[in-house]
Amino acid sequence: MPEHDVLIIGAGLAGQRAALAAAERGASVAIMSKVHPVRSHSVAAAGGINAAISVDDDWRSHAYDTVKGSDYLGDQDAIEVMCSEAPGEVLHLEHIGVTFHRNEQGLMDLRAFGGASMKRTAYVADITGQALLHVLYEQLMKHHETVARYEEWFTTSLLLGEDGSCCGVIARDVRSGKMEAFTAKNVILACGGSGQAYKPTTNGLIVTGDGIAMAYRAGAPLMDMEMVQYHPTCLVETGILITEGARGEGAHLLNNKGERFMEKTAPNKMELASRDVVSRAEQIEINEGRGVGPEGKGIYLDVTVVEKKRTLEALREIVNLGRDFAGVDITREPIMIRPGQHYIMGGVKTDVDGRTPIEGLYAAGEVACVSVHGGNRLGANSLLDTLIFGRRSGEHAAARAASMAPPKLDVQAQLARDEAELAAIIARPRDGRRVSEIKNELGETMNKHAAVFRDEEGLQGALQTIGRLREEAGKAWIDDRGTIFNQDVLGALELGYMIDCAEATLVGAIERKESRGAQFRTDYPERNDEQWLKHIDITLGADGPQVSYSPVTITQWQPEERKY
Amino acid sequence: MAEAHDRPPEKFNIRLRRYDPESGQAPYWDEHTVELEPHRSVLEAVLQARDRFDGSIGIRCSCRQAICGSCGVRVNGEPALACHTHLDAALASSGDGIIEIEPMGNMPVIKDLIVDMDAVHWKKIQRVTPWLLAKEPVPEREYVVPKESMVDVTQTMACIQCGACVSDCLAMEVDPGFIGPAALAKAYRFVGDPRDAEQFERLNDLAQDPQGIFDCTHCFKCVEACPKDVNPMGQIMRLRRIAASDQHIVDQNNGVRHEKAITGLIRGYGLLHEAELIPRSYGGNSWFAKFTPPAGKELLSSLPVILRGLLRGKFNPRIAIFGHKIPPADLKSVQAIYDKVESREERYELNLYITGTDEDNAPVPAEPEQAAVGASTEGSDS
Repeated sequence: MPEHDVLIIGAGLAGQRAALAAAERGASVAIMSKVHPVRSHSVAAAGGINAAISVDDDWRSHAYDTVKGSDYLGDQDAIEVMCSEAPGEVLHLEHIGVTFHRNEQGLMDLRAFGGASMKRTAYVADITGQALLHVLYEQLMKHHETVARYEEWFTTSLLLGEDGSCCGVIARDVRSGKMEAFTAKNVILACGGSGQAYKPTTNGLIVTGDGIAMAYRAGAPLMDMEMVQYHPTCLVETGILITEGARGEGAHLLNNKGERFMEKTAPNKMELASRDVVSRAEQIEINEGRGVGPEGKGIYLDVTVVEKKRTLEALREIVNLGRDFAGVDITREPIMIRPGQHYIMGGVKTDVDGRTPIEGLYAAGEVACVSVHGGNRLGANSLLDTLIFGRRSGEHAAARAASMAPPKLDVQAQLARDEAELAAIIARPRDGRRVSEIKNELGETMNKHAAVFRDEEGLQGALQTIGRLREEAGKAWIDDRGTIFNQDVLGALELGYMIDCAEATLVGAIERKESRGAQFRTDYPERNDEQWLKHIDITLGADGPQVSYSPVTITQWQPEERKY
Repeated sequence: MAEAHDRPPEKFNIRLRRYDPESGQAPYWDEHTVELEPHRSVLEAVLQARDRFDGSIGIRCSCRQAICGSCGVRVNGEPALACHTHLDAALASSGDGIIEIEPMGNMPVIKDLIVDMDAVHWKKIQRVTPWLLAKEPVPEREYVVPKESMVDVTQTMACIQCGACVSDCLAMEVDPGFIGPAALAKAYRFVGDPRDAEQFERLNDLAQDPQGIFDCTHCFKCVEACPKDVNPMGQIMRLRRIAASDQHIVDQNNGVRHEKAITGLIRGYGLLHEAELIPRSYGGNSWFAKFTPPAGKELLSSLPVILRGLLRGKFNPRIAIFGHKIPPADLKSVQAIYDKVESREERYELNLYITGTDEDNAPVPAEPEQAAVGASTEGSDS
């Protein structure tokens, strides 16, 4: 049975950064991922990473923009940690090989991004996430002697000791189908959000809320799950993301009259207001009949106003995406986009060292809610979040491991239970619905009722639907009876994870009777600081989700009206 | 929006190469009919078949937008990302109206469309010391480097490790030990990075290795296969140029000498002088090369190949021995090309991120169709 000081689940940016940090502190480290690390969805982050590295910038300005972007729901102590450590982290990444774009002086260039008061986004063309992820993987290959890699291992559950602390996981080797228990002094969840609970979404097919659901089932609270970000620029048909970097480079948003409608809601920042504001403005244009395209369901993103040479060198990937996925040459004509599910601000509740209330269990990246994003995340803050809190989790877990004995527990019972669960799914009779049908209905339900605009009736209806889907999922059948690369049975587990996440989102959205950040309730259209300047925590009780509240930490910035 | 995207769903037939390692049976073909708009992807077709008809179809996939690199397969025999191949294009290139989807080549199949990339692709990546060996001292802030150098290596950073080039590499098919296109492109990412301290060591290593940069046969397969325009062969050629011209590495594989022989002969004769090629590659770039011992040895060992070629009429012995004769004016034109290229102070390297493609630089059509939008394309000229 493999034993480690620190076991990391998920090998995107947060997980790889945690692994490298823990190994640097001398811990015995393993990183486990259900896909090869470079397939992790961090790879799709395009636009860049925020840090106040410019000599005329100040991390406090970055922190203020983040607080304001969060609609004051972000915890200011955590935001201060993230923004003050950002320059050092970004320079570290540069030193280990990230090919950040330079200016004419040979220094790192910075681009404008939404909700930011100045240019502070470092970037590698529009493949920043890919460049970061691949460079961290280079480092994992370099440190192969100190970081064990379990690539294509699917985690089925967390192991808890008698005292309730987390001491490892049960996982299945996807290639062989073999299941095994891994014990560890500490487990760091770094396996991303739950975007696939929505359809369409910009998120990859692997982003199924595994870590959020496993922590929730182990008793950890989830926080701010109602805060779901819709990105303003996704391709109309497929939901594929067009980077905010396009607007950062100067692209315009236009309605069917050719108007830059952002003038109405954000006269100063225009297209570079924060994402919740832009997505809402777009949705209003579409709802009021000023959308473009045959059914009026889109908005035009006009990149032709950006100098062509600049587009080719700094927005190359979206030139390709436009050509290959929409049949549009963005250097010559506008492209049709709309808001689409992109990110969840909520997640497993942690402190600034990634610790969850469960001893030995950490979380970092989109799986976690520290909270630095509050009600709305600023573009280019998520890469930063993964790296800062990934590193801090890895460092803290390594230090904790140094002062404790390896956990002693009987893993056989839980291993047998998980093995039996998978065997039972494989053996189900073919008389319910298919996993894929349930997943589609789940995604469509969420996208209809828990999207840019929400109301009580829609949310309650969706919650009922989710209840039914949960029952159906418990009986859903699959085709694959094999053990080697049985993706079918893993899909059934992922469906269960997504349903847990979706339910928490709906419960939170129903609970929060106000409009703040990404949550806009048409029946409660105003922000209500008196009653709702607080986090909504959801824990799994005997009868399902239980709601409680926790305070928002305010250090230097009192809530104000948000204007862009 | 382009017209193609307004077309209604159509039926497409797909034929999948299936393999179940637990069945003890040989691989087999499995056909399904799916219904999708023609501009949708081959991946969406496979997923529809999986969702509706058979959940046991194995394929790796995630992002659906050609960035995660999971869904490398062969479509109608050609390597591609399934998510990046349109159904109408795949139908057009199919032999019999059925889109054929197989696992990638040059790598062992695990199940259905899933191959073992660790056994081949990732092993080769590890071969090139795939991490930055940073120059010391590490600066307090960022390394100050030319803007162009970072844009330049971005083309190879854009490699998503999908394995399409490995799948189709002809040199690797013949010599499985060849480091291969993806790993050598990765090597360029460090060689071209001004922050790396070991450019010479990296290049010397790759040049001296008989399965390194000189094992590539310039077949262009990887260039065509790459869904991200990384141009792996182009990067291999750049590694050669930097090794020979900048680092003055003369490799034990005679790779540099061979290139010099070819360029020298074409300059002298206007066309390749075949009989002179081996002697000059091995004995030095002059007419006397054939009298040196290494050239003699190589000529002797090549004799069976030469004889077989002669017997099968692969070449005309008179032209091969005495060389091609082209009109003096043509020869002059050829030599003028050499003079022009060599008179440049710096090598001119084509890079997608810097120069764009021919397509990018084609003239703008007079009046692009636009809906009721007042936007113009004027900005693109500025």
